[in-house]
Amino acid sequence: MSRRVDIEAVWRTESRRVLATLIRLLRDFDRAEEALNDAFLAAAEQWPRDGMPANPRAWLVSAGRFKAIDKLRRKARFDVVAAELALEEEAQMPPETEAIADDQLRLIFVCCHPEVPADARIAMTLRETCGLMTEEIAAAFLAKPTAIAQRIVRAKNRIRELQLPYEVPEPQDLAERLDAVLRTIYLIFNEGYAASHGASLLRADLCAEAIRLGRLLVALLPNPDAEVEGLLALMLLQHSRRDARTDAAGDLVLIADQDRRLWDRAEIAEGVALVNRLLARPELTAYGIEAAIAAQHAIAASPDATNWGEIVKLYDLLLRADASPIVMLNRAVAIAMRDGPEAGLSEMEAIRQRGALAEFRYLHAARADLLRRLGRTQEAREAYAAALALTHQAAEQRFLEGRLREL
Amino acid sequence: MLYVCLVHFDDKQVFSRLSETEKRELDIASTGYDRELAASGNLIRAQALQAPESAVLVRVRDGKISATDGPFLETKEQLGGFILIEARDLNDAIRIAGGIPLARHGTIEVRPIYQVPQHENAAS
Repeated sequence: MSRRVDIEAVWRTESRRVLATLIRLLRDFDRAEEALNDAFLAAAEQWPRDGMPANPRAWLVSAGRFKAIDKLRRKARFDVVAAELALEEEAQMPPETEAIADDQLRLIFVCCHPEVPADARIAMTLRETCGLMTEEIAAAFLAKPTAIAQRIVRAKNRIRELQLPYEVPEPQDLAERLDAVLRTIYLIFNEGYAASHGASLLRADLCAEAIRLGRLLVALLPNPDAEVEGLLALMLLQHSRRDARTDAAGDLVLIADQDRRLWDRAEIAEGVALVNRLLARPELTAYGIEAAIAAQHAIAASPDATNWGEIVKLYDLLLRADASPIVMLNRAVAIAMRDGPEAGLSEMEAIRQRGALAEFRYLHAARADLLRRLGRTQEAREAYAAALALTHQAAEQRFLEGRLREL
Repeated sequence: MLYVCLVHFDDKQVFSRLSETEKRELDIASTGYDRELAASGNLIRAQALQAPESAVLVRVRDGKISATDGPFLETKEQLGGFILIEARDLNDAIRIAGGIPLARHGTIEVRPIYQVPQHENAAS
């Protein structure tokens, strides 16, 4: 009896979970990665001959663990530390199936541990929990593979030196630790979202990875968490517009000018359902409010049908959670849409008088747009030029140059 | 993905510092690691090199071949061997390089293999 076994498919679905468990059992990233490779090698040898085991994941975990102990035992002839580890490993209880689901969570929390340098958290998360290759991460972040590789090596050394615990944080620490995880996921998403269209063809789909991580957290966390669901909803709603955000030439299309038929209805439905659930809660969190704003855009049949009054109210709420100048700027844009350019402009002047966002290109671009609509051409020209001087992204530069020409 | 691990070390220093027993252990560990990499499917080819003084440098200039004494570079750490490996990515290659016993005495240079583009034959 011979059965076709698709090891590649098993690698795609199981390798990250098996790795997460092996890291717990072997208490070392490198040893776990080695054991993972050995386990899949054994599977490639045995499964086509003997058939696929009933529980491939458990089989791979125990094969990887056995191989690691075997290697330690052989090394033990030269190495006292290895000898001790081998004895310890053998004394350990076999893996309980209940803990395995939590291993993926443990892995995410250790990759995004506050003691891991912030620039390494993204690389660690994408490589260890999403299974991206170092070279793919480097291409996605327009960095050199050697730079990303060194970050990962340093992060693993730090985890080892500080003996960072491989665990889901206790309830009293959960909010703070989760915050670092969500920040990392949102940075991954934004990197993918900001990628210009042409370049993104070569880049790993970071937005999809970030959404996958968000879904994983929602599914694995013991209690539904409003921040996690808010972030997932926000990412889904932003991602739903990806096909409409750029035109055939790769130029940016503003939300008011986008072809709404290109918006992904399934993602909008999922995002809006999450938002409705969040709105039913007594308290809205920052990501939840941002998701609710994105939902207002997503459900509007046309730009004119957008409920700007509701959006301004949501920005008022958001200001209470996050009184940053960027939130103030977005609120000013919404006020301009609700009450006219004059009202929006005076809100923006208030931000400028505080001396905030002078180097932020979107403030200049938003001001320029309102000045243009008021017919204050010379001031609009100056503001577009200021925005252009601060922009390095080709698609944005083309957009601003186009606006300048039209004045 | 293919990578080559170039093993650089100062052979005079390493071999004068180590006792006979330690040298034997290093040899056993090195061949043992090659076997381990073969078993894990990572090994393509591993080879140690004779001493740098055994090197001959070959050049062709103006159609004439010349051969001179090596080594190519007068550095303390010389190329002493290489291991060509198949690894999942650069960090997997770094993990494998870190297991090479001589990494404790010298330096392993990990280089990704460059795939030379296949050009159409220009002569038509």
